[in-house]
Amino acid sequence: MNTNAPPTANPTAYPNALLEVSGVSVAFGGVQAVADASLQVAEGSICALIGPNGAGKTTLFSVVSGFQRPDGGWIRFAGDDITGMPPHQVCRRGIGRTFQIVQPFAGQSVLENIAVGSHLHRASRREALAHARQVAERLGLGPVVDRDAAALPIAQRKRLEVAKAFATGPRLLLLDEVLAGLNPAEIDTIVPLVLGLRDEGVTILMIEHVMQAVMSLAEDVFVLSGGRMIAHGAPEAVTRDEAVIEAYLGQGAARKLRERRTS
Amino acid sequence: MIRSLRADLLLLAAFCAAVLATALLSDDGVVLHFLILTLHAALLSVAWNVLAGFGGQFSFGNAAFFGVGAYASGVLQLEFGLSAWAALPLALVAGALTGVIIGGLAFRYGLRGSYFALVTLAFAEVLRILANTVEFTGAGVGLQLPLAKGVAGMQLDKPGMLVLVLVMLAIALAVCIYLRHSRFGAWLVAVRDNEDAGRALGVNVFRVKLGAAGICGALTAAAGVFYIQYLNYIDPVLAFGPSVSVEALVGAIVGGIGTVWGPVAGAVLLHTLGESTRNLFGDLPGINLVLYGVILVLVMMVAPRGVAGLFARKR
Repeated sequence: MNTNAPPTANPTAYPNALLEVSGVSVAFGGVQAVADASLQVAEGSICALIGPNGAGKTTLFSVVSGFQRPDGGWIRFAGDDITGMPPHQVCRRGIGRTFQIVQPFAGQSVLENIAVGSHLHRASRREALAHARQVAERLGLGPVVDRDAAALPIAQRKRLEVAKAFATGPRLLLLDEVLAGLNPAEIDTIVPLVLGLRDEGVTILMIEHVMQAVMSLAEDVFVLSGGRMIAHGAPEAVTRDEAVIEAYLGQGAARKLRERRTS
Repeated sequence: MIRSLRADLLLLAAFCAAVLATALLSDDGVVLHFLILTLHAALLSVAWNVLAGFGGQFSFGNAAFFGVGAYASGVLQLEFGLSAWAALPLALVAGALTGVIIGGLAFRYGLRGSYFALVTLAFAEVLRILANTVEFTGAGVGLQLPLAKGVAGMQLDKPGMLVLVLVMLAIALAVCIYLRHSRFGAWLVAVRDNEDAGRALGVNVFRVKLGAAGICGALTAAAGVFYIQYLNYIDPVLAFGPSVSVEALVGAIVGGIGTVWGPVAGAVLLHTLGESTRNLFGDLPGINLVLYGVILVLVMMVAPRGVAGLFARKR
């Protein structure tokens, strides 16, 4: 399956990349969901992956986290090739992921939900529960640890999604639209949380549609459209990029905007 | 985490004491026989519950494990001259292997829900037909253990058999208590509630399911070993017939799946009701199965989480 294996020695282009995705392609039948996409995430940074609906962002996340085998290309994490590795091994290596559609263990308490993640590096039930409690406090879920996870309001379910992944002690967190569906006040409470995780040493790659958050959080933005990586750079630069504007607003949109600005 | 480990173990000790006290107080063959059959059914349900209740994989063919346990014990005694006690651990291993093989095939190909149920049923039926034709299982005639009353042959008197099945049930319950307080159990329940979420958190879903199938197989095989020792006899229908599978799952569903004590409560309830109807209607053949069906429908309508669900704490 893996058409081009990664070079054995680290290429000098991205010497401090924690995650390196190179030339990844995924097709579902006749639909090319991701085509030759590459990205690099520097250790300790917050990067964003944006793009219009159906651009292939979640598919790319699935490839990185092992849920989807790529048809081509490779993924390297912390210097090791992890292409095609099953999800539980990817997680063991230090990549935590959240799901765009939250996936709680329904019927279990918030604490029990987080403890599943804590168990990855803690065999003892007592230690896992104690750690899960710490994580819950850390992510502002302290008051609801005993509630049924399925009964939480959406903002807290999103937090729980992050808490579970964070409890596995990841070096890299893949956050898939954790802000979608939240109101501005709720977004304002989660943004510092993400910054806090980064300050603790967790590298973050996030898919996000909320541009306000992308602008205030991300150092580096990758733009995917139609499965292809069409732009990469600092948030301000990317939002001015004509290819990006066209991808979001349609062909000719960049020219029209420019004309309106000059006239 | 509803109860502490200590509370769970105390409850288990109290349960064993209560069963023994009932047996001592009414030193009566009929009561003992009733208790033995009830505990045997409880063991079947508790074992089924490990894979279905905690793991979410609904087997309709636990008779496969039961029959393998019974036949392994019988064949090892009759063909290989092993003592019943020496045959017991080997029969448990055979049951566990059967669970791992059937589970491994089913899980490898991603069978879930009713597909998993049908495949397990098919395996049990295949084993029944095999046991019916192959010579070393005695074919359709079955296996008759030679009479060897006493502890050495594991052919005890009624109080002895009661203690034997109680010990087996206590071990099965201890396994369930372990599941409630361990990493493996947490992973198993996580797999039941959301496989993908579990995978994303580093759970090896295939291995966890396989482990549960192995435990379920071994515990169900213990019930099979007990059965052949109690009857001194086994045949293909008794061992691999669907009634064993049904008994296992009805007790657990009525009692409440995914709990430690639900399956025990269900088995006790069903056997008590079965016994009362037998007193009411006489020995009308099949009346207990009719009753099982009615109870199952009622439970699904009134208390879909079983008897234990009625008492469960609302969160």
